[in-house]
Amino acid sequence: MADPTSVGGSDLPSFEGWTCPLPLRDSPTIVMGHGGGGALSSELVEHVFLPSFRDEALARLGDSAVLDLAGLGGDRLAFTTDSFVVRPLFFPGGSIGELAVNGTVNDLAMSGARPLFLSTAFILEEGTDVTVVGAVAERVGAAAERAGVRVVTGDTKVVESGHGDGIYVNTAGIGLVPDGVDVRPDRAAPGDVVIVSGEIGVHGIAIMSVREGLEFGTALESDCQPLNGLVDAILGVTRDVHVLRDPTRGGVAASLNEIARAARVGIELDERALPIPDVVANACAFLGLDPLQVANEGKLLAFVPPAHAEAVLAAMRAHPAGLGASVIGRCVADHPGLVAATTGFGASRVVDLPLGEQLPRIC
Amino acid sequence: MKYLDEFQDPALARRLLDDIHATVTRPWAMMEVCGGQTHSIIRHGLDQLLPDGIELIHGPGCPVCVTPLEVIDKALEIAARPEVIFCSFGDMLRVPGSDGDLFRVKSAGGDVRVVYSPLDALTLARDNPDREVVFFGIGFETTAPPNAMTVHQARKLGIDNFSLLVSHVRVPPAIEAIMTAPVCRVQAFLAAGHVCTVMGTGEYPPLAERFGVPIVVTGFEPLDILEGIRRAVHQLEEGRHEVENAYPRAVAADGNPVAIRMLEDVFEVVDRSWRGIGMIPQSGWRLSERYREYDAEERFRVADIRTQESSVCRSGEVLQGLIKPHECAAFGTQCTPRNPLGATMVSSEGACAAYFLYRRLQPPPAREASTVG
Repeated sequence: MADPTSVGGSDLPSFEGWTCPLPLRDSPTIVMGHGGGGALSSELVEHVFLPSFRDEALARLGDSAVLDLAGLGGDRLAFTTDSFVVRPLFFPGGSIGELAVNGTVNDLAMSGARPLFLSTAFILEEGTDVTVVGAVAERVGAAAERAGVRVVTGDTKVVESGHGDGIYVNTAGIGLVPDGVDVRPDRAAPGDVVIVSGEIGVHGIAIMSVREGLEFGTALESDCQPLNGLVDAILGVTRDVHVLRDPTRGGVAASLNEIARAARVGIELDERALPIPDVVANACAFLGLDPLQVANEGKLLAFVPPAHAEAVLAAMRAHPAGLGASVIGRCVADHPGLVAATTGFGASRVVDLPLGEQLPRIC
Repeated sequence: MKYLDEFQDPALARRLLDDIHATVTRPWAMMEVCGGQTHSIIRHGLDQLLPDGIELIHGPGCPVCVTPLEVIDKALEIAARPEVIFCSFGDMLRVPGSDGDLFRVKSAGGDVRVVYSPLDALTLARDNPDREVVFFGIGFETTAPPNAMTVHQARKLGIDNFSLLVSHVRVPPAIEAIMTAPVCRVQAFLAAGHVCTVMGTGEYPPLAERFGVPIVVTGFEPLDILEGIRRAVHQLEEGRHEVENAYPRAVAADGNPVAIRMLEDVFEVVDRSWRGIGMIPQSGWRLSERYREYDAEERFRVADIRTQESSVCRSGEVLQGLIKPHECAAFGTQCTPRNPLGATMVSSEGACAAYFLYRRLQPPPAREASTVG
């Protein structure tokens, strides 16, 4: 089997910026004992995770974090979890660490919630370099700080060599939904304006460009970023936002199809209005992929009643995470459950849910 | 990107369409040979913009679709062996054999890998000397040269644990088979541009002459396709039947002589079965005598596997242009991309998949039964 420490790829970013505050004593790589609950586990927590996450509730190392919600704004909890198995671990513009934080933060934000607390669970493969674990933990900590959330509890397990892919990360998150906010897929209604917060397909193509066997030269970096600030800006305009969705796996096509089905509405896109960067369009053209089906990690789709669309669009464009926001389509009463697009030539086509993994075609 | 946006320009498309509309005086049926062209036509909705009388018949040029069930079954058998690393392009993994697909073999523990070039498979063979690495070599004249070169390289580098499961096919014999079928509605061909990039255009004048059909070598972008249609329409209206090259930026009359020499060295022409169509004489390649030791069928003794195709699936008629995908009773019901009965529903180049993906909104009315030619 491949050397598990090589999962980050040969061009693993330099870890010069990260130094183990108290070098772990005998073991430069993860051993089974790091998950055993004994002294090695404690060392890993104290010397890798606590300094990275820097949170007082976490530092108390209780069996669970006890959190005070009074005065945080909102009576409804939003609660979500997600697991991250990305390969390679480090990619242009991000790593599994940023993904694990932003993925969960964004899931909370898409319910209109203000993300507050995260848990992280690391499943480490025996033999993984501790410096790699440390670098990922550091990225988790930095991403949490950027998103304004606290990592308040965590867990570590170790699996035998060959039973993992270096590092898997799970995060769960809790947020509070402000009063008057009711954002969910089945609220999409005919007439709603569909806005995307920026260029699509960037994350998926950036990852694909460094995947083993498919490396192609591109300066593209993942768009991985937290979207809770952008959602705040949107809800600052109006609380009457019907749907928010971050089009991650399956891309814009999957998200729109899910919304169309959940709300029993039709969605009509204008292909000419889709913000697809040239480099994404070109990569998709030679790989035989549809940019609408390529993953994003820092973009959102907003379904907004027409009366508020202009103001929401302006607020999005005024936020750093929404500079490239644009209107891409509309909700209609026709063809409920289906997403249609007007092609560049004025003809129409169905935009379907991708079936599974995207498969580069033969020729 | 140079040569991408320019060939999707709506204003230029309008001019080509205006010319086509102004030229057509009666109905014509023409076949785009290649699945890549079919995909582009349906994806951009080009057929919705043509005059009513111009019918595009979707041809058999999808490499995934025409690979016989029997070859898929051989692939499944080989891929399931513990000593084998089975390498394939991605879209072959979902093609159903008699009993599951390569994804299923993979989930049952088979070492099935998606590669992006046959040379990647050769590298795997070099790096895993204790394993047998097999590459699934399918497709037309377009994919055959790199596969030929890989076998050539394997010999040169002395990598013996590499072999090729070959199911290569050739376009000109398929055109002949379509034109000599008992029912043939095709009055002109848009030949597959990239096939001609390799082979040149020399194989086509005898076909145009013998069957009295215009053959226009056509590219894949929307403007390429409209230009191909435009030239075919002009020929039909003027009663000409010539070979024209509407894709000169990628096709030279002589093709790619180096690739052709490589093909002639590594492969030899044989009769091949096409999925849903049957045996077409001289329509494919297998490894030549000199390279036979790299033939996976012989190495793994699967040459005797024989398989019957589904009786419900009408992909053969779709591939011959006799019916449109939605005219098959199983289309969209028993047969979907999730549960494909035939390969035309699997590949993004397959006509059935293209109709399913892009055309459920307003299914075109069923064509009236008629035959021409």
